[in-house]
Amino acid sequence: MTVLQPGGGRKRATPGRIVIRVERSLPLIDAVLTVERLVLRFAGITAIDGFSCTLRTGELLGIIGPNGAGKTSVLNCINGFYHPQEGRILFAGRDITRLPPHARARLGIARAFQNIALYPGMTVLNNIMSGRIIHMRCGVLAGGIYWGRAEREVLSHRARVEEIIDFLEMEEYRNHRVGDLPYGVQKKVELGRALAMEPRLLLLDEPMAGMSADEKTDMARFVLELREVRGLPMILIEHDMSVVMDLCDRLVAMDYGKKIAEGPPGEIQRDAGVIKAYLGEEHTA
Amino acid sequence: MTAQAVLDRPRIIAAPAAVDLPDTFPRRLIQNADRFGDRVAFREKEYGIWRQITWKQYLAHARACALGLHALGLRRGDVIMIIGDNRPEQFYLAMGSQTVGAISCGMYQDSLAEQLAELITFAGTRFIFCEDQEQADKILDMEERLSTVERIIVEDWRGMWQYRHPKLISFADLEALGRQTDGREPGLFADLVAEGRPDDVAILCQTSGTTAMPKLAMLSHRNMLSQGENFHVVEPHIGPGDEFVSYLPFAWIGEQMFSFTLHQSFGFTVNFPEAPETAQRDFREIGPHFTFAPARIYEGLHSAVTVRVLDAGPLRRRLYDRAMRVGMEAVELEAEGKPVPAWLRLRRFIYYWAVYRPILDKIGLVRMRVAWNGGASLGPDYHKFFRAMGLNLKQIYGQTEIAGISCVHRDGQVRFWTMGAPIAGTEVDISRDGEIIERSPSVFLGYHRNADATAKSLRDGWLYSGDYGTLDPTGDVILFDRVGDMIRMADGTSAAPRVIEDMLKFTPYIQEACVIGDGRPFLATILNIDLRTVGKWAEDRGISYTSYTHLSQKPEVLDLLRALVLETNGRLKPEWKIKRFVSLYKEFHPDDDELTRTRKLRRGHINERYRGLIEAVFDGADHFEATVTIRYEDGRTAEMHPVMHILDVTG
Repeated sequence: MTVLQPGGGRKRATPGRIVIRVERSLPLIDAVLTVERLVLRFAGITAIDGFSCTLRTGELLGIIGPNGAGKTSVLNCINGFYHPQEGRILFAGRDITRLPPHARARLGIARAFQNIALYPGMTVLNNIMSGRIIHMRCGVLAGGIYWGRAEREVLSHRARVEEIIDFLEMEEYRNHRVGDLPYGVQKKVELGRALAMEPRLLLLDEPMAGMSADEKTDMARFVLELREVRGLPMILIEHDMSVVMDLCDRLVAMDYGKKIAEGPPGEIQRDAGVIKAYLGEEHTA
Repeated sequence: MTAQAVLDRPRIIAAPAAVDLPDTFPRRLIQNADRFGDRVAFREKEYGIWRQITWKQYLAHARACALGLHALGLRRGDVIMIIGDNRPEQFYLAMGSQTVGAISCGMYQDSLAEQLAELITFAGTRFIFCEDQEQADKILDMEERLSTVERIIVEDWRGMWQYRHPKLISFADLEALGRQTDGREPGLFADLVAEGRPDDVAILCQTSGTTAMPKLAMLSHRNMLSQGENFHVVEPHIGPGDEFVSYLPFAWIGEQMFSFTLHQSFGFTVNFPEAPETAQRDFREIGPHFTFAPARIYEGLHSAVTVRVLDAGPLRRRLYDRAMRVGMEAVELEAEGKPVPAWLRLRRFIYYWAVYRPILDKIGLVRMRVAWNGGASLGPDYHKFFRAMGLNLKQIYGQTEIAGISCVHRDGQVRFWTMGAPIAGTEVDISRDGEIIERSPSVFLGYHRNADATAKSLRDGWLYSGDYGTLDPTGDVILFDRVGDMIRMADGTSAAPRVIEDMLKFTPYIQEACVIGDGRPFLATILNIDLRTVGKWAEDRGISYTSYTHLSQKPEVLDLLRALVLETNGRLKPEWKIKRFVSLYKEFHPDDDELTRTRKLRRGHINERYRGLIEAVFDGADHFEATVTIRYEDGRTAEMHPVMHILDVTG
């Protein structure tokens, strides 16, 4: 019930917050992530077939392609859910191809899932807090006694979580059970938890799927702010072409596990191979 | 108080003797920073925590704002507009502008860009303060039309990292500039404060304008401050240690009176919710000691409670019904000044702890000493409802032009059909034409740049309110309706539409009602269903619907409405009975000029806009097909043809 609500309007952030402007005119040469000739097979099906790409500092890279093209599989390889049979993945200059998922999370690779993977029985606050676990130093015992260092630590994590809640404009849902919330809000919580890890690379798997037009606009605003203000490199998979074209610096198009095109959005839009893959001239299914 | 004592009440209560209180807002803030020091002036919820701002800090911010604004070139008599959700920064800025002798003017944050542009240009605004990007975008979009505007100050810079407009400045930079200036010219602030005079215009306040374009009332420091003191004479309990929640628009005179003026005069704590969406929850967390809200807030609370009760199990529902019957019975006796029998008092006491108090707690009213209703009047049924639960709900009567308050109910004499009695230093009389007129030190200086309107409202020191009413033998004011709103039917019978509408709206299913029938043989009404309650009602009965429009014309819903109108008719005098009604396909909305921003009906616009429909109602047609043009934001238009059924009410 919104009885006490005088009007619309978004929540503001802190007064006098310092906004760091990322100089986008700098040459974007240093690669955050390099994927080299990735091959992934499942019992004879080749999901990824010699895929390579590079993500540069502060860049927002979009991966597009028809259903089953292997987009999500690429993300799964990057964050360690799948182990490719061939190829290498370099993150910040380090080979992470053989590392397990939690080790990659510690290195700063975070992911917001396509099919929401939250704890439905917990509150929004605690769900986002769960993203802080990799940064927690105190053990169960110290946390249980909750005194001194443990207390200070929990408070500092809570402060970080509150900043994320403020950033995503979710104050009204802070203490709601995630399972009771609408889909669009759950998607925001999913993003919030990924951000709580303070990632150095963020993987967004269809963050706007199933959202209303308003929610999409909000989500696009958050993604842009992450890139512009925090300079966070991101890989975005999204089916809504207008979103991808508007937001991304660069696009990679995939079909049948292969990269079929790469370049700025305007170029990709006109690429004959991409058009063919989408319209499915020679392909069935 | 006995009836005789009531009759013996003096016609004018003397205003309090002036006891060396500072006579302008900045001077009063300086005194408060001295007298209250580190006590909490504001509390703001941020990052989930209530943060405190002391009186000393309030002064420091106001000082920085004043000097910053002075450095940017704001001078005496200039107008600065303030737009956004309530934040302490708005108060710093308003105080800062008044220090340099400028005039602060709040604008409703949900106003459309068009409506804003008109006001900004009309007032000759030089500076604009925007709370965030949302408001700043509105202003920047139409910036080339706003020739008078020189500076746009934005408090929350979030999302504006690539904005490079030369007129833009952040609030943080403004304060920094102010502090620099202070360092260079340490005496400047004191000089500016000393230059202020009590009869300077302190604020411009939009009047709700139910009939025409909003007008801007000029209120001086003296107008506002005397108001606060005169109100305090009759409500002396307000003081330090009390909690108040500021969540209604800064532009509204009620918020200016409480969060700005009374706050300065009596030093309670003003709390700001985290976001509009969390206001209800934050309100409950604070549990304020008093509140001043327009009728729609109480109407909303009432329907929130009713809906929850409809949702509860049968046992709780029965208990609630009984409790409310007991409460109502006691309240009616009290209102008529009759004694309440001991047995009833006892039952009421038990129900207070078992039923009323838990409900009041849920809606954050459990600590409340008094809740005032202002703006549009609240129907007697609502008064009875809240008083039955033990909430001390009282009516405040007044106009923006008299700084908001001229009458208030007195404790122990709350009779819901009146508007209460004049506060100290205030005279209320009835003109020969039956119009309510008022005189007090708080009567405004006139309308900004509108001498014609001023001449109409201000005559021989009296404020002509535009309300049609009378005084009852005890001196309480009784309001019938706006002078222009009274309906005169074809046979000369007059009717007060507001009275009938309040009765209709009390049912949880009707959101808004507009009674029509001026110059017609009978009365009819246009109804807005309440989507939430009617939607739930339909769901419970397995009635499917897709949209508001669809639901509003469902035969079952129309039957429900007919039954409600019929029930209301049973309580009306025969010539005021509603003969026909129509359920409108949409809700009345301020963006369509059908309601004011404080949610009062704009009858003129409604009559104009729905002329065809109204003709059909009185022609005896059984339905009407409207043609609605929808304009999308990108300029495309589409046409819709909703069909509305017009129903007869017989019996």
